[in-house]
Amino acid sequence: MHPKPAAIRVVIAEDGVLLREGLAGLLERFGFQTVAVVGDAEALKTAVAEHAPDLVITDIRMPPTFTDEGLRAAVELRRAHPGLAVVALSQYVQHSYAADLLDSGDGRGVGYLLKDRVVDVEDFIAALRRVAAGGTVVDPQVISQLVRRRRDPPSSLSAREREVLALIAEGHSNTAIARQLVVSEAAVGKHVGNILAKLRLPQTDDTNRRVLAVLAYLRSDK
Amino acid sequence: MSMRTGNPQTALEAVTWRRLLVSSWPWRSAGYLLTTLPLALPAFAVLAIPWLVLVARLTAGDYQVGVIVVLILLGAALIAALGPLIAMPLADLERRRLRMVDARPVGSGHRNAASAGPVSWLRARYADPATWREVGYACLLATVAPVLSIAALLAAPLTGSFIASPFLVLAQRPGDGPVALGFGKVATVGQTLPYVIAGVLLLPLVPYLLTLLAGGHAAVARALLLGGPAEQLHAELAEVSRSRVRLADAFEAERRRIERDLHDGAQQKLVGLTLQLGLARLDLPPGSPAAESVAAAHEQAKQLMAELRELIHGIQPQVLTDLGLPAALGELADQSPIPVAVEAHLAGRLPSQIETTAYFVAAEALTNIAKHSGATSASVTAHQHDNVLTIEISDNGHGGADPHRGTGLTGLADRVAVTGGRMLLSSPPGGPTLLRVELPCTQNQQPSG
Repeated sequence: MHPKPAAIRVVIAEDGVLLREGLAGLLERFGFQTVAVVGDAEALKTAVAEHAPDLVITDIRMPPTFTDEGLRAAVELRRAHPGLAVVALSQYVQHSYAADLLDSGDGRGVGYLLKDRVVDVEDFIAALRRVAAGGTVVDPQVISQLVRRRRDPPSSLSAREREVLALIAEGHSNTAIARQLVVSEAAVGKHVGNILAKLRLPQTDDTNRRVLAVLAYLRSDK
Repeated sequence: MSMRTGNPQTALEAVTWRRLLVSSWPWRSAGYLLTTLPLALPAFAVLAIPWLVLVARLTAGDYQVGVIVVLILLGAALIAALGPLIAMPLADLERRRLRMVDARPVGSGHRNAASAGPVSWLRARYADPATWREVGYACLLATVAPVLSIAALLAAPLTGSFIASPFLVLAQRPGDGPVALGFGKVATVGQTLPYVIAGVLLLPLVPYLLTLLAGGHAAVARALLLGGPAEQLHAELAEVSRSRVRLADAFEAERRRIERDLHDGAQQKLVGLTLQLGLARLDLPPGSPAAESVAAAHEQAKQLMAELRELIHGIQPQVLTDLGLPAALGELADQSPIPVAVEAHLAGRLPSQIETTAYFVAAEALTNIAKHSGATSASVTAHQHDNVLTIEISDNGHGGADPHRGTGLTGLADRVAVTGGRMLLSSPPGGPTLLRVELPCTQNQQPSG
């Protein structure tokens, strides 16, 4: 199915055994190479130092305190290993988490997803691939809350424009958005232009830059 | 007094009873007064001796100021420090002894000291007014009670000696001198006649005297050792409040257990199952009946995941457990359909029951605001000052909120009341509405780890 030049090497950090094994199986099924599965943040750091993976998938909430040790480890790892792609999985939306992670590095190769997304197998794998390729992926629920939080311009966005905005923030290209919304690519291009204009953001075709700009704007109200 | 349909319940009641003289009451009363004496001794030894020494010195004309001051201080200190230690076991014994002359039920006037550890138990006891009533009783037991008891108990042999006086005189050998009877002396049988008459007249009165004194003593004991109806009611009310807090704590613990079980068990397994279904779906040829039914199962499992997450969130939001009140209030604000400004700066984590109560108050208030107020914006503030957590939820809606209309607010007021807090609502017609909740939180725990 997918042409694979070299398998993406992954370290999984998740304290729930069922989900950890499920993730490992899922990744294997899609041709990723899982080099280590660990259950806490310290083991994650050790595993990354040992295996130098391309991608880390980590639960944010892990032992011993069950608050944000996975996230802190991820930010630390990205500082120590520039270019290491990280996808953080969270049980619930927490803006400060997403912001901390997105601010690490230059926002490239970062994903923040709710845990439940894992079960949408293909979308989840696609998100992993985008992040591993240096893209940025933020959970649609985070985006929709950020949009709601902004009091001014986004309220002037049309419903369709909001949909497109959420897809931009998820890291999709115009082509992918067009396919998903079943409209022409030209229509998507027009929507994107309108959105960026309404948000007073610079026009750009670089998907990742677009995502970061949108997120930066949405967060700026906080 | 109370109705006199049956046998008297107390010695005091028995005094006005026709059949007193042929009943056991006088004997029981005499026994009660007699057993007062040995019990008065320890109380007397600890509590009264410094005062007696003082009195003795003063009557001896010794007016050394230093000694007097020391004796006064020593006496007061003994009462204050050792008083309760002597008085409490003494009171226990006295409450049991009370049954000799009082058939009514007897219970301790103390508040229940549920606290563990001897130090906190002692502290609770020293702070309890009932303890100091017992000390007061011990003081009476050390001083007035033995004097009166001895006087009453001596009345019987004295009366007996009056009646027996002629025989005493006859039994005199020559040269023995007159017989001493009370305050007088008799030398001949003729002189004893007034004593005999007085003795015969007084004899039936002796049981009354004994019963009356025992009854009086018992009444004082009951009043001081058991507390009046107001004290009993107060103690019962305090116990009811405590049991309400215990119930609420147990409820809270149970809620957390259910949340944890669902989260660690059912939710994890469901995610695993849904993931498996998602994978199975990919392995089946698209469009085949098997693929369709697996796809349907996958969708249902996803639906169930969302419902279970909602359910768990409603029991105890995980963000509250993990990150505390400010983060949880922020999440509430994010989920509200109208813009909500949150300002919550707390030094550390609060006791979990306080956090939960504060959270659900804010959640219910924001739901009400979104549903009924017509507000376009709202704000939630939380701050802690002097061990009181204050939550204020305000909106710019049309006001007129009635706490008696919605069961939500009443239920919240109950939750708040259990923690010893209070809830204030200001919602004039035309708005704005302000809900203020104050929750006392004594200990402030740091985030774990």
